[in-house]
Amino acid sequence: MIPATLDRRDVLANLFPKPDDYLFITGLAGSARDTAGLTEDGDNLFTMAGAMGAATSMGLGVAMAAPNRPVAVVTGDGELLMNIGSLATVATIAPDNLSIVCIDNGCHGETGGQTGHTSNKTDLTVMARGAGFTSTLRVETQAELMAAAKFLTEAPGPRFVHLRVRDGPPTPYKRNMNLAECRLRFRSAYQASTGH
Amino acid sequence: MNDQKDTDWPKQLFDALVEAGVTLFPYIPDAGNKRLIEYAEAHNGVRPILLTTEEEGVAIAAGADLVAKKAVICMQSSGVGNIPNFLSLVNGGRFPILMMVSMRGDYGEQNPWQYPMGQAVEPILTAMGVLLFRVDCLDDLAPATEAAIAATFKGGNSAALILSQRFLGAKPF
Repeated sequence: MIPATLDRRDVLANLFPKPDDYLFITGLAGSARDTAGLTEDGDNLFTMAGAMGAATSMGLGVAMAAPNRPVAVVTGDGELLMNIGSLATVATIAPDNLSIVCIDNGCHGETGGQTGHTSNKTDLTVMARGAGFTSTLRVETQAELMAAAKFLTEAPGPRFVHLRVRDGPPTPYKRNMNLAECRLRFRSAYQASTGH
Repeated sequence: MNDQKDTDWPKQLFDALVEAGVTLFPYIPDAGNKRLIEYAEAHNGVRPILLTTEEEGVAIAAGADLVAKKAVICMQSSGVGNIPNFLSLVNGGRFPILMMVSMRGDYGEQNPWQYPMGQAVEPILTAMGVLLFRVDCLDDLAPATEAAIAATFKGGNSAALILSQRFLGAKPF
């Protein structure tokens, strides 16, 4: 793999030109802040600030229970590796409306930038393929990033997008950390959108 | 007391869950949930979801709740040891999560590996705010199921239906 040059603060806006179309579940820390910035902490977003490793599975639950809505999980390399088996579960269920987007900065940015496995030998695209994903995309250059939005809308689901970004700060967005409030916010908005 | 071996209690339990609106059955395979999951596989309106760890089931059930759908997480008692950190999502977010725990390491257990986690199930779940509804005999099953469903989907709590080895029968090994 080539050295990562993309800035994580730029990638999601390129991937999701119309974020209102999606239901978003994120992991904790940087992926949560980047997605909160993208949606302005919208009511189509549930971010984690704990329960590390839960994002992919929570997104699967949403995708299965709301099969007519596009669902995106935005996670990080550390969060995904903590529950990497969840990719096997997603591949077996194979929900067409689910995309997993991993912002891989190769380190644990939230806790001091400690080196992660993906800076060593571990390749998350290969792991996703090994879990059974057939639609995978590794994004390392600006040109690849420009093609990624089309992949999300056109490749058969479930999709896995591996964004290799350089180490650096996430979007400085201060989101609502009250998870009970955020649950009700998401739930109410979803139910309103379905006419209940 | 009725003998559970003569009754199709997994069907009774499955019917009660479906009646309550449960559509997702995330599970880690266990002898104690085998027939329940077979009923889920045979039913058009519900989906069994094979997991790699019980943690996934907690997160799947929480995700389903975000879009107003109901799940029951089916696991062996060992799995309770895998989920406490994910229960911080459930407890802090007030997610109404229902689980069914088939016990090892309690009444009649012969495998010494099962005792430590089996005996820790109830204190761990209690510490994380999960209400417990225990089934020790067939007469307990219907009222405990009804109570667990009410506590979860009406009362807004997380709850566990605990199927003891006194009810399930201890494995002969």
